[in-house]
Amino acid sequence: MTDFAIELNGICKRFGAVQANRDVSMNIAKGSIHGIIGENGAGKSTLMSILYGYYQADSGSIAVDGKTVRIRNSQEAIRLGIGMVHQHFMLVDNFTVLENIVLGAEGGLLLKQGLAKAREHLQALNRDYSLEVDPDAIVGELGVGLQQRVEILKALYRGADVLILDEPTAVLTPQEADHLFCILRALREQGKTVILITHKLREVMDITDAVSVMRAGTVVGNVRTADVDKEKLADLMVGRKVTLKVDKAERAPGAAVLDVRQLCLTDARGVKLLDDLNFQVRAGEIVGIAGVSGNGQSELLEVLAGMLEPTSGEIRYQGTDLLQEKSTQPRAALYRRKGIAHVPEDRSREGLVKSFPMFENAILGYHDDKSVSKGGLYSRQALLARTRDFIRQFDIRPDNAQLRVGLLSGGNQQKVVLAREIHANPDLLLIGQPTRGVDIGAIEFIHKRLVELRDAGKAILLVSVELEEILALSDRILVMAGGQISGEVAAREADTVSLGLLMGGHKQ
Amino acid sequence: MKFGQPSTLPRWAQLTVLPVLNLLAALLVTGLVTWLIGEDPWECLQLLVSGAFGSGEGIGYTLFYTTGFIFTGLAVATAFHAGLFNIGGEGQAYLAGLGVTLVVLAFDHTLPPMVLVPLCILAAMGFGAAWAFVPGWLQAKRGSHIVVTTIMFNFIAYSLMLYLIGHHLIEAGSQNPTTREFGQASWIPAIHQVAAGMGISLPSTPLNLTFVMALLACGLFYLLVWHSRWGFQLRTVGVNESAARYAGINVSKTIILAMCVSGALSGFAAINELLGSTHRMNVSFTNGVGFVGIAVALMGRNHPVGIILSALLFGGLTQGGLELSFEKPVITREMIIFIQGLIILFCGALENLFEPFIAGLFKRKEDK
Repeated sequence: MTDFAIELNGICKRFGAVQANRDVSMNIAKGSIHGIIGENGAGKSTLMSILYGYYQADSGSIAVDGKTVRIRNSQEAIRLGIGMVHQHFMLVDNFTVLENIVLGAEGGLLLKQGLAKAREHLQALNRDYSLEVDPDAIVGELGVGLQQRVEILKALYRGADVLILDEPTAVLTPQEADHLFCILRALREQGKTVILITHKLREVMDITDAVSVMRAGTVVGNVRTADVDKEKLADLMVGRKVTLKVDKAERAPGAAVLDVRQLCLTDARGVKLLDDLNFQVRAGEIVGIAGVSGNGQSELLEVLAGMLEPTSGEIRYQGTDLLQEKSTQPRAALYRRKGIAHVPEDRSREGLVKSFPMFENAILGYHDDKSVSKGGLYSRQALLARTRDFIRQFDIRPDNAQLRVGLLSGGNQQKVVLAREIHANPDLLLIGQPTRGVDIGAIEFIHKRLVELRDAGKAILLVSVELEEILALSDRILVMAGGQISGEVAAREADTVSLGLLMGGHKQ
Repeated sequence: MKFGQPSTLPRWAQLTVLPVLNLLAALLVTGLVTWLIGEDPWECLQLLVSGAFGSGEGIGYTLFYTTGFIFTGLAVATAFHAGLFNIGGEGQAYLAGLGVTLVVLAFDHTLPPMVLVPLCILAAMGFGAAWAFVPGWLQAKRGSHIVVTTIMFNFIAYSLMLYLIGHHLIEAGSQNPTTREFGQASWIPAIHQVAAGMGISLPSTPLNLTFVMALLACGLFYLLVWHSRWGFQLRTVGVNESAARYAGINVSKTIILAMCVSGALSGFAAINELLGSTHRMNVSFTNGVGFVGIAVALMGRNHPVGIILSALLFGGLTQGGLELSFEKPVITREMIIFIQGLIILFCGALENLFEPFIAGLFKRKEDK
């Protein structure tokens, strides 16, 4: 017997020109919580996908419980006692918790027998780990935190001894995250092994026993958590000294650029996605919108960018109500022409066309710009020149304007979007999750650019689920919960605890 | 980091090795079937190739068929770049034929060729576009799936034309379901006539100036799709509708317009056939040109150069096949359609059949 649940030895994996994993080795002790930390694109997810059988390693070996194994698909991984909780839940919304858990493991021809057996088993699991999940609840009606616990139950039900969690706290409030950590500790006490993939240093420090730090596809450190501190880990991750704070001088804001009044949006089922929003964004000010994702922030950005029609209300921009403007073009084009730039939350789905080269993405949304076309045909020279400017100003790598954008890292993709939107010299910048999936080096750079814009007198509306980011950048913070603004706090007075409560829907 | 299924093949290999292998696989199966019905596959292949490319006459016919396939191939490719699978090229070409016929029957004794022919071309484009507009509109505004609607529109077009030709456009006193012969003013000059005018003697074939239009259309298509503002919007809508919405592109307008352009391009297949060759309209003049266009676009990877090459392949197959069935009565027209079907199957539907295998070879070479 060995003390290691999982041993990875010299794992290499290549995708075309990208070496996603290079000679990765780590040992994960049985009954421990092991953190894998690294910037986006460091190869964490690839490594876990190899362990879970989605990909085959080009070379290297995996041992589970001391026995060398080949994991060709996720069924084999499950058989070996490996379970995975994905970042995006793999649940059927209109099934009950119980039905979701037996899905794919129904056992037998008749569903009823399987369900009865599963129910007993489930109750035992529920008790052992204090998961507090009602087996008969409809999954779609559960909150995100509970859905995540369903995923954990699912893995345990299939007999997982090793549980991989991929960025589990990205969708949780600080309070929900704390509850999750309690569960993980309970799992550890019962002898389960937990692998926690994250890029949040705080989580690693709080809960793990050991950490593997990854950078650019390789492991740069396997350490015991007790032997390191946050700064040391950050340095390891990035490979150089980083400052996690943003330098920002006090500045008096100017006139209101955006004035939202009684803004409401109701969806087809009658659910109020935006519920009577009233706020202003002034010139030279960053207004941060904090909140757990899915509380109306995305819809708010889309409404303000002209991609969604609100049900009622006013969007006053520089004194006139945008919703009263008549236009034959789509509203998004009209708003953009008026000087509202938009860095969307989901850059790979909305902000970029991944299969297009960088120089075409450089004009997405500004494709009617007369300066890059002659008589309906684009001037390739003008497009390339503009893109090379972006590359220079934003240090986009690799510096090849012809490269397909999908081949860039998350941080560099975001720089392309940001460069394009800032190039338009907007008066109002709407920006959603500016650093989601962006590496620490690029976060620093993006934050600096946003503060520069603010200092140049632009109005910025920032939506982010990262509280640290909101706290670092904003002059004023609005918190959204359930489609409403549950509170407003001056950045000076805000801290994670008070914001966390507002995010949970406790009104001021 | 999540990866989709990145192809590990270099681009050049994707564009050359795979299609050639697919074609060989199709030929292999064909050979097997030919052998099973008691013919010598090698001899048949020789007959097929020499029938298509072995003589001036053969080449002329091959290029004539190629012309129609280029247009319907471009038509499918246009819609495809907007993310739409237009199965309705056949019906659109059919209806375009109606437009041409109406104009010709009304004006072929009054208008000079220089006015009549352009008018016919406009009518073909207009009727083809209009027949594609309806499915396009239904897709953009009502979410009716374009594949279903365009297939249905093929049937409607067929029944409509059968009725119109049978009851209204049929030549008086004729037993055949065809119109009267078109007046000479509407005839598009054949290449051999043009060549004769320049003192070059070519065998007499139906290959006509529509072929030149097809090559021009390929050039225009390239500029439009990859270098124009409209093409940018078209491709954005095609690969990422969310990004198009974000960019303020009018998605439904783009979809409708793409279908109209697609239908108009299909219309040229009718021009090639009616004004270039038969000079009258009969019930079966389209003869599958719209369907072959789907295969041409798939195999040509929606790029004009690829479309010209694959249209040439299908043109050669049509012509060579006709010659072959003339020489070998066992090889019927159905057999030729069978071969076409195999090529479509291997080159279109199963285009990545050999990809993992070839990718493995490339990887081993690199590792050495």
